[in-house]
Amino acid sequence: MTADERPGAGLGKDLVGLEGLTGEQIVAILDTAEPFKEISERRIKKVPVLRGKTIVNLFFEPSTRTRISFEFAEKRLSADTVNISASGSSVQKGETLVDTARNLEAMRIDMVVMRHGSAGAARFLAERIPSNVINAGDGQHEHPTQALLDLLTLRDRFGRLEGLKVCIVGDIVHSRVARSNIWGLLAVGAEVAVCGPKTLIPLGIEELGVEVFGRVEEAIAWCDALYVLRLQLERMQAGFIPSLREYNRVFGVSSERLAAADEDLVVLHPGPMNRGVEIDSDVADGPRSVILPQVTNGVAIRMAVLYLLAGGRPEMAEAAKRGEG
Amino acid sequence: MTRAAGGPGERPLLLRGGRLLDPSTGLDSTGDLLVSGGEIAEAGGTIEAPETAEILDVSGLVVAPGLVDLHVHFREPGGEHKETIRSGAAAAVAGGFTTVWTMPNTDPPIDDPAAVGFVRAEGERAEGARVMPIAAASIGRRGEQMTEVGELVLAGAVAVSDDGSPIWHAGLLRRLLEYTQTFGIPVLQHSEVRDLAGSGMMNEGRVSTALGLRGQPNAAEAAMVARDIQLAALTGGHLHVCHVSTREAVEQLRMARRRGLPVTSEVTPHHLALTDAEVRGYRTEAKVNPPLRTGEDREAVREALVDGVIDVIATDHAPHHYEEKEREFDDAPFGAVGLETALGVAITELVGPGLMSLAGVIERMACAPARIMGLEGGTLEGGSPADIVVFDPDERWTVEPDTFLSRSRNTPFAGRELTGRVRRTLVGGRIRFEREA
Repeated sequence: MTADERPGAGLGKDLVGLEGLTGEQIVAILDTAEPFKEISERRIKKVPVLRGKTIVNLFFEPSTRTRISFEFAEKRLSADTVNISASGSSVQKGETLVDTARNLEAMRIDMVVMRHGSAGAARFLAERIPSNVINAGDGQHEHPTQALLDLLTLRDRFGRLEGLKVCIVGDIVHSRVARSNIWGLLAVGAEVAVCGPKTLIPLGIEELGVEVFGRVEEAIAWCDALYVLRLQLERMQAGFIPSLREYNRVFGVSSERLAAADEDLVVLHPGPMNRGVEIDSDVADGPRSVILPQVTNGVAIRMAVLYLLAGGRPEMAEAAKRGEG
Repeated sequence: MTRAAGGPGERPLLLRGGRLLDPSTGLDSTGDLLVSGGEIAEAGGTIEAPETAEILDVSGLVVAPGLVDLHVHFREPGGEHKETIRSGAAAAVAGGFTTVWTMPNTDPPIDDPAAVGFVRAEGERAEGARVMPIAAASIGRRGEQMTEVGELVLAGAVAVSDDGSPIWHAGLLRRLLEYTQTFGIPVLQHSEVRDLAGSGMMNEGRVSTALGLRGQPNAAEAAMVARDIQLAALTGGHLHVCHVSTREAVEQLRMARRRGLPVTSEVTPHHLALTDAEVRGYRTEAKVNPPLRTGEDREAVREALVDGVIDVIATDHAPHHYEEKEREFDDAPFGAVGLETALGVAITELVGPGLMSLAGVIERMACAPARIMGLEGGTLEGGSPADIVVFDPDERWTVEPDTFLSRSRNTPFAGRELTGRVRRTLVGGRIRFEREA
C-alpha cells in the first residue's frame, strides 16, 4: 500500500474519527509519524514545523494522558498552545459550545484539540469553525488518535497490519477507543473481534464487520493482539456487571489465561489501568505488554496528525522536521 | 385571513369544479361544493350558485374534509418562544388541518379546568384550526394521582394523556381507562418502558452503535403497548396508542384489533418516511421520541397504516427553538415540527410509491381521526361543519423552514422536495388560510 501523497494525506480540515478514512490514508498517517518518533529521543526536543501556529486544547472532560500527549506533540513542533478545561471556564457559566467556539475563533486560532463528553461534539465544532479540529475523544463515539497510536504500535511489533487478528476485550458499549480501533483496523485489513459480557457489547456490533466472543479464553486462542479496555467503576454501580471481583474472575487478563497463548501475542491497553480488574499486573508489566510503547507512539502520532492537518505532505515530513518544509 | 363569506351570517361560498374527495361517503368526483352558514350545504355535481354567493374556482385541486391532528404540542403556557397557541393554530391551517388536539405537557401542565379553559379560549381567538385541549391524565403529569377528569371534560378537554411521559403505574392506567368511560373520552398513552428506554437518544441498533449514542430498544415501546392492551381488555376503556414506531408494537396492535379491543393508534409522518440513518452526522432535527427506527420498522408501520391496524396519521408536532437544537446531540431536546409538511410527506411517501391512494391518505388524516374520536367533521356530508382542505395533489415544492408559520423550524424534512401542497383551508366555512400557486 503506497502512502497517500496528497497534502494532509487528503484528510481534509479535521480529524473527527477514523470511520470513513481509507486504509491508505491511515497508513499515510502512520508513515508520517515514523520520522517524528525520533524528535522525542533528542536532547533538544523541538523542531519548527508548526512555528507560529496557535493551538487550543479544549478539554471538557478530565484527561491527563491524552492532554499531555497532545501538548508534548504541539510543543515539540513549536506551536503556541493554550489549555482550557471545562472547570473554571465560561462553560461552567452556561456558555454553549457554539459560543465557546466562536469566541476562540475571534482570537484567531489555527487548531482546536477537543475532548468532550457528548458523541458528535467534535463534528459539531468542526462544522462551525474554520480552524482545524482534532477529536481527542467525543463521548462514546471516537478517539481517533488513540486508535492511530495503537495501530502504529501493532505495526512496530508485527511489521504488518493486514491480516492481523485483534480482539478488543471489555466495555465495548461505552468505549470510543473500541469504535475508533474497529474502524481503523478494518480499514487497514486487520481482522477484528470483540469480547466481553453481553451487557457491555452493543447491539448490532457484528454488522460493523467484527466477530464477537463470549469468553476471553476463546478470544486469546484466536488473536494475535489482545486489546484490554479499562473497566470503569461506574459500570458496576449502573448494573452492567455484578462486581469487579467477578469481572476479574471471568474476563480479567491474567498470565494464567495467557499461558497457553501464542508466544507472539501482545497485550495493549489505552490506560489508565485498573490493575487487578481488567488486567493483572504481571501481564501489564510482562513481556507481552506494549502499553508503554503505545504511550511513546502517542506523541509521534499526534505530531503527524497536527502536521498533516496543517497541510503537510506525508513524504515531506522528514524534511519538515529538519526545518526545510 | 377571514372573509365575509362562508361563515354563519355571511354570504354563501361556492367551491367550483374541484375534485371532491371524501372517503367517509365514498365521494370522488369533479363537482361543486356549497358552504353556507358555516356548514356544508351540498357537495357534488353542478350546483347553481346563490345570487349572493362568493365563487371560488378550485378546478384542478382536490377538495377534501379538513385534516384532523390528534397530537400536537403548542407549548403555551411556558414555552411561547417555541410556539404559541396562535402560531400553532396558524401553522395547522397552513398544513390543511382544521382540528388539532393539543397535548398538556406545557409549563405548567394543563391539569386543571382553568388551564383547559385558557387553551380553549386562546384557540378560539387564534382563528386558525379548531384547538381542542387534551388534559393531563395525572396531576402535574407525575403519574401518581388522577386529575379531575369530569371537571376537565366540562371545561372543554377532549381526552387525557401524560404524553412526553408514559402513564407508568399500571394501576393508575387501569383506573383511568375505567373512569374516563363515564365521559366517553380516550386515554392517550405515550408507550415507553422507562427503564428500558433509559437515557436513550436514538434507536438502539447498528447506527447508535456506530455513532456512540445511547439507544432505546424497540422492546421499550412494545412491552408497554402489550401491557396497556391488556388493561384495555380488562376495562373496556378506549386506549389510544400515540406515535407507534416499532414492528413489535404493530404486532401487538394487530392482535388487539383481531380481538376487537377498544384500542386505536397513530403514526407520525416522520416514522412513515424516515429511518434512524437520518441521525448520522448527529442531526438534531432527527432527534425525536420515540426515535426514528430501522427500515424494517418503517415498513411495518406503513403496512399497518395501509391495512388499518394503525388508524391515523398524527404529527406529534413538537416545536423547539433553533438554539435548543443547535447543540450537542445529547443535550438537544426531542421533537420535530410536522403540521406544515404532513400532507406533503404523506402524499410523497405513501401515494407516490403506490402504497396508498390519495383517498387512503385523506381517510387516515381526516376521516378516521374524526371517526375514532367521535368528532364532528372529517366528512363533506351536507349539514357537517364546513371544515375543508383544498390542495394541489401534484404541486412539487421544497420544504423551506424559514417560510413556516410555526415559530419553530425544527424539521428533518428541510430541503426535501415534496408533492402535494395545501392551497386553502376552511374552518367552519371561513377561509382561514390561502396560498396562491
